Amino acid sequence: MNVVTRRRRVLGASLVAVALAGGLVACSSSSGGDSGSEASGPYTIWDPYPQFDNSSDWVQLLDKCGSAAGVTVKRTAYDTTDLTNKALLAAQQNNSPDVLIVDNPVISTLADAGVLTTTGDTKVDTSAVEPNLLAAGQIGGKTYGIPIGANTLALYYNKSILRAAGVDATTVKDWASLTAALAKATAAGKKGITFSAIGTEEGSFQFLPWFWGAGANLTKLDSAQGVAALSLWTDWLRKGYAPNSVINNTQTTSWQEFATGQYAFAENGTWQLANAKKTGFDYGIIPIPGQNGGTAPAPTGGEFVTVPVQKHTARYSTSEKLVACLTSSDNSYTTDTTLSYIAPTDPVQAKQVAATPELRVWVDAVHAAKGRTSDNLGTKYPKISEPMWTAVQAALSGSKAPQAALSAAQSTAASATK
Amino acid sequence: MNNTTHAPVARPVRVSGEAARAAPPRTGGRAGRPRSGQWAAWAFLAPVTVYLVVFYAYPLYRNLDLSLRDYTVRSFVQGGAPFSGLANYRKVLGDPTFGPALLHTVVFTLVSIAVQFALGLALAVFFTQYFRLSATLRALFLVPWLLPLIVSASTWSWLLNSDSGLVNSVLHGVGVAPVNWLTSPRWALVSVIIANIWIGIPFNLVVLYSGLQTISPNLYEAAALDGANGWQKFWRVTFPLLRPVSAITLLLGLIYTLKVFDIIWIMTKGGPTDSSTTFATWSYRLGFGNLLPQFGPGAAVGNLLIVMALIFGLVYIRVQRRQQSA
Repeated sequence: MNVVTRRRRVLGASLVAVALAGGLVACSSSSGGDSGSEASGPYTIWDPYPQFDNSSDWVQLLDKCGSAAGVTVKRTAYDTTDLTNKALLAAQQNNSPDVLIVDNPVISTLADAGVLTTTGDTKVDTSAVEPNLLAAGQIGGKTYGIPIGANTLALYYNKSILRAAGVDATTVKDWASLTAALAKATAAGKKGITFSAIGTEEGSFQFLPWFWGAGANLTKLDSAQGVAALSLWTDWLRKGYAPNSVINNTQTTSWQEFATGQYAFAENGTWQLANAKKTGFDYGIIPIPGQNGGTAPAPTGGEFVTVPVQKHTARYSTSEKLVACLTSSDNSYTTDTTLSYIAPTDPVQAKQVAATPELRVWVDAVHAAKGRTSDNLGTKYPKISEPMWTAVQAALSGSKAPQAALSAAQSTAASATK
Repeated sequence: MNNTTHAPVARPVRVSGEAARAAPPRTGGRAGRPRSGQWAAWAFLAPVTVYLVVFYAYPLYRNLDLSLRDYTVRSFVQGGAPFSGLANYRKVLGDPTFGPALLHTVVFTLVSIAVQFALGLALAVFFTQYFRLSATLRALFLVPWLLPLIVSASTWSWLLNSDSGLVNSVLHGVGVAPVNWLTSPRWALVSVIIANIWIGIPFNLVVLYSGLQTISPNLYEAAALDGANGWQKFWRVTFPLLRPVSAITLLLGLIYTLKVFDIIWIMTKGGPTDSSTTFATWSYRLGFGNLLPQFGPGAAVGNLLIVMALIFGLVYIRVQRRQQSA
């Protein structure tokens, strides 16, 4: 019986450990992406817009495009952070959706995994799209999708605070004038600026306009320009122009700070436009200035419409019709208005500005914007981005000086991308 | 717990291995052909076995497999990741995050457990005195347990916010300079430990309180007659008699606390930089916190955590067995 007890003991111990493993191992087989075995049958579309239900304009557009192509469409919405893993697992199970709408920096990862077809394979026409937006979906000379719309970052400002502090927003043209404006707002008893420097991709996304605006390049994080950008943020925190909470702010919590009406400026995205109208105070928007003037290139946000690899290539022609329908000029206008995005093509942008003149500043920002995975960085970008946001956190929390933080980040990034 | 009736049964069982193997009475024919009764036994066992294999053994195996192969996103999808032996473990052990993560895991676990247990025990002793509203108060102490972790962690991160948090405004009210609870490397780990202690107290309170109920009041009476004061009664009567329950509480707490992830991730994301990273958050960050997942190293860290839990699990079972035979 000793054997039995020992066995029982080991089994019991294993159970304790195994129960723990259950919490750590994300091993779920994905459902939904039913690709069918022929070219007919329902076409599945996955998107990262769970905020839209079946009665929304977006879902109705999907249905309309489906019936125009002569097929039924089965749509599933996922949380955007969830979608990458879902797409990878689905591909592993040969269960990919026919059309996948996915955040642009993920494209290079999925393309690297061999999950996506190129626009050459599927004959999707990308000629009308602005090259700087399309670049986020291009790796090694191949294009893996077409942007559905774009968003980017700019500076929102609170008009009454600037007025009280004696700052004219139109004079904020470079870093020096912006810092001066922050100093005045702080002196007037308000807070200067809020942004998001959290230790995730969001933090890198928000830091990039300053990094690029100084002329720095992602392949060399610890260049003098990169250090200048990080020093700018660090000084703002040290002088009290920006709150310490930015270190933990997501873009949403940063927006909530701005919405209290206590902040002169906030770095945030196109998607907050609708919320800006609800704040109850007068706001304005200026592009993020470069170090020595001009508009800093902000990273492009927004999703790409892609066609994942299928076993039955006959399905591609219908998928192409769906993609073309979703990104055609007329529908692009509807979609981007629904999503509060800027269209990826000139004619539609002109139409958007004609309808809503305040979008002008965003259209300019999108023109200046740059894909994070552009410059042929592709899957190197995530390996650079993580050390970068870590360096930002280290400098802002005071555990390292900007130069030391970025030097450490550069050596991590260099060994990861080797 | 202190089930003395088990002792006479348990003792004679402990014979040598040889005798044990011979011990199960096998009636009916040769050993090779199971009786129909045994088939039925297997049939009854099958559901739980299948359940265990599908939901526990297989994921564990997959996690081990992930940690021993060089996975890229491509090989994750298309298969064919080359076997790389312990390369992922070497990578993890050589990572600059390893040292801090190990230290934080140990500090987080030990401090949380010690304080949770001390406060839980103090409250349990306190609530053995019946007084008006004692039941209501005790119920209120259970609230942290009832809240979903995401709710309590988000609430804590609002409370501890550097600029608009309630804690800092109270500190300001009494003339103390604000503390960057979640955003300074010095305080981030402390903050998550505080939140975790708050969440863990109810568990300790409930288990220890029920343990106290089993101590006979006669003993306290006898102690009082011998002239023991309250302090002596606690150290000479309560504490020794509560030892079996305490051991279980501490060990279960240890295993729970080792794997705490949600609180830390919601409050600090393991940051700033690595100042509140534990093995649990590090494993998640490697596997899911980046646009480009690193499944291999992530699984390796997860397995290290499992090994740590397994050690404590074995200790737990050992302690439990000793108590049963005591």
